[in-house]
Amino acid sequence: MDMLEKLGILADAAKYDASCASSGTDKKHAPAGKGLGSTEGMGICHSYAPDGRCISLLKVLLTNACNFDCLYCVNRASSNVPRARFTVAEIVKLTLDFYRRNYIEGLFLSSGIIRNPDYTMEQVVAVAKSLRLDHGFHGYIHLKTIPEASEALITEAGLYADRLSINVELPTETALTALAPEKSIPSIRRTMGRLRLKLDEAKSEKHLKHARRFAPAGQSTQMIIGADDSTDRSILDLSASLYGSYRLKRVYYSAFSPIPDSSLKLPPRAPPLMREHRLYQADWLLRFYGFEVSEIGGKGGMLDLDIDPKLAWALANRDRFPVDLNRAPREALLRVPGLGAKTVERLISARRHRTIRSDDLVQLRLPLAKLMPFVVLGDHKPSSLLDSERLSTLLRPKPTQMQLPF
Amino acid sequence: MHRIALAGPTDFKGWRDAARRLARQGVEPADVVWTVAGESSDLFAAPGLETPAATAPEGPAFAVPRAFLDLAETAILHSDPERFALLYTMLCRLRTNHDALEDSVDPLVIRLNGFAKAVRRDIHKMHAFVRFRAVETEAGECFIAWFEPEHHIVEAAAAFFARRFASMRWSILTPERSVHWDGEILRLSEGVDRSAAPGEDALEDLWRRYYASIFNPARLKVQAMMSEMPQKYWRNLPEASLIKPLIDQAERRSAEMVQSATTPANPRPQRARPAPAEAKEAPAMAGTIGALRAEAAGCRRCPLWAPATQTVFGEGPEDAEIVFVGEQPGDQEDLAGKPFVGPAGQVFDAALRDVGIDRGRVYVTNAVKHFKFVPRGKRRLHQKPNVAEIVACHVWLEQELQILRPRLVVALGLTAVRSLTGKTMTLASAREQKLQTETGTALVATIHPSYLLRLPDEAMKAREHARFLEDLRRVADLARVA
Repeated sequence: MDMLEKLGILADAAKYDASCASSGTDKKHAPAGKGLGSTEGMGICHSYAPDGRCISLLKVLLTNACNFDCLYCVNRASSNVPRARFTVAEIVKLTLDFYRRNYIEGLFLSSGIIRNPDYTMEQVVAVAKSLRLDHGFHGYIHLKTIPEASEALITEAGLYADRLSINVELPTETALTALAPEKSIPSIRRTMGRLRLKLDEAKSEKHLKHARRFAPAGQSTQMIIGADDSTDRSILDLSASLYGSYRLKRVYYSAFSPIPDSSLKLPPRAPPLMREHRLYQADWLLRFYGFEVSEIGGKGGMLDLDIDPKLAWALANRDRFPVDLNRAPREALLRVPGLGAKTVERLISARRHRTIRSDDLVQLRLPLAKLMPFVVLGDHKPSSLLDSERLSTLLRPKPTQMQLPF
Repeated sequence: MHRIALAGPTDFKGWRDAARRLARQGVEPADVVWTVAGESSDLFAAPGLETPAATAPEGPAFAVPRAFLDLAETAILHSDPERFALLYTMLCRLRTNHDALEDSVDPLVIRLNGFAKAVRRDIHKMHAFVRFRAVETEAGECFIAWFEPEHHIVEAAAAFFARRFASMRWSILTPERSVHWDGEILRLSEGVDRSAAPGEDALEDLWRRYYASIFNPARLKVQAMMSEMPQKYWRNLPEASLIKPLIDQAERRSAEMVQSATTPANPRPQRARPAPAEAKEAPAMAGTIGALRAEAAGCRRCPLWAPATQTVFGEGPEDAEIVFVGEQPGDQEDLAGKPFVGPAGQVFDAALRDVGIDRGRVYVTNAVKHFKFVPRGKRRLHQKPNVAEIVACHVWLEQELQILRPRLVVALGLTAVRSLTGKTMTLASAREQKLQTETGTALVATIHPSYLLRLPDEAMKAREHARFLEDLRRVADLARVA
């Protein structure tokens, strides 16, 4: 099998992992004239696919052969897709060739489980080790961590990788048992816990001269949305618990996507992209806007698909409004629909110099229709609309007629 | 009218020197015309506009906020010909109002911030979308790229490529300026024509295959792609030729996946053998702490297991004479799977050392074996276990004590007292009484060491610490006598 065909199979096999971030690691670069690569704190998206996703890393599997039979996965043991395997040297060369042409920030390497967890993890670590030690590679490396891998291999992975990740895949144990019978939540959690202890230790030793490096970009995880019947509430509860317990940098939500050769037990359907989007918005509210899961869990545990979760919260909590943009504390501004965290900082800075008026919001190009019913300005008081039933209807997108009579 | 001719479109030093002098001379922004050498400025080339500015009297020196210099240095790279004048207007305004930049809804501030943002974005996009092509030269392999930036950013963007491609020889050619790196020094040269750049690189087929394969046709979001990778960049991206066909085929490919019949399982699955790691460990002998620990690992007797990392079971030799019982594992214990290893564990260890008890000789466990918490951002707030949870977990403690048969049990805190005696009492009364466990083993009650960590008052902390040590000394004595 030639390289082109292999790459086709093993990139195709890796694309259901949403993460492609290359941000948040320590700044480092190759010394002048020697080695290759740098990380600059902020990652770079070198391209975008028509699915709107950033292409920052060479995201491939070492092999798509796998012992596990996770029903949602294109690489499951019982799938009929063609299989391929890279050698360590092939991935190393491909990464360097792509990197030298400025196609990528680095490598995101994952693998199907072959032989046993330690053997697979060893192969994955060998790629990172060769890149770092044989080729002086200073670019970004994200390694998928196999929960059952030995302590020594995980320590070594952290030495070469910028980020490590373990996917929880499904929000509940029931779903995991049904769809991914070989995976175990306790094992995933224990390893996330092990990683956090190592990350904390590396952080506390950072000032020391010979501090041991351990994945400076931290750990992340991914959950598949819509393969089982978990509610958004239970998904967000799990996210909050994972952020708190393991200090994850990110929880990625990946709408369950149809795959070639899907399992009889999990028939394919269109991915719930809007639901995925709302979950990301809710995740942001939890992390940067001071919200609790209990406030945004949604009716019947599901987020409203028509309007964003902050607007939904505001409509359900009208007694907290209107908010005076010239006086209210930061925490209150962050809860106003249509105001992002950056805009809030701008308003706080500007209001020390002037009374903020409607024109100023126009200057900042804010979504006025969404914003105005909830705020008081120098020249504006919200109409009785805020107390009206109609507000909710007005702020929802108009239903569009999808089909016209012929 | 003052006419200032700058040496080039990115001549920040020239602008700064001129602006400083003009401002000190009190020249109004409206009375300055800014031009760039080499750019068409016929309109202002009339000799009458020249001013012998250097001779005019200058006012005192003045300072501007650091933020303005940063802003000006970036915004001056913008392609808008008005940038020099707008920056000078801002500078004049800062002389009367030092904080004028903070007024972030002011139109001029918004416009200049917009310039800086556009420049930063252009630099970022250059870092992202430059595509090198490998060329064999006499001196070895060399990498050459062609790029068309929107603003005057080549110089500002170059350092990044020097850091990143430290050991390569490379050139980035653009219409306005070119930049070259030989492994040691960055060199700038004139702009060139597109035809000077190499036309292809054999590796681009692999890159295109990657691009096509990483795309998921079931998630078409063309708008999201276009806003981050606008069409103006496409002509220099080898993968861009695929965008249209991929979009055109997406709907059909996606519909095929959804509609195609699901396939029966592969008759020869990729399974080598079931290889769960747990199978390696030999099962512990029944009736031992090891067996009990293994059993408790899957405990679901109360809901606390769900958000916790793992059951944190007791630890210590099976012939231990003293058993210490705490409340529940904390954050660190939950992660490590061992009792008393966090901050409270350190207080506990130090106290044991102080009274001469060897932690390696005692058994340490908790009344409740899962960590109860509520997540708060990046931390977990400890929650006191309720009676139902204490009762649910009691079976484990009971069996631990049955196997260990210690001479003495020490309850660290009231949760442990509740679990061991089945009674609720205050610590004062627990300390006074001669207590026994439900099965008749001698029981000493004292505080939980985390109590000492929570006391804000130093004097009180010292007093309570002393009392804690006193209790532990009594434990050491009792164990010896017994």
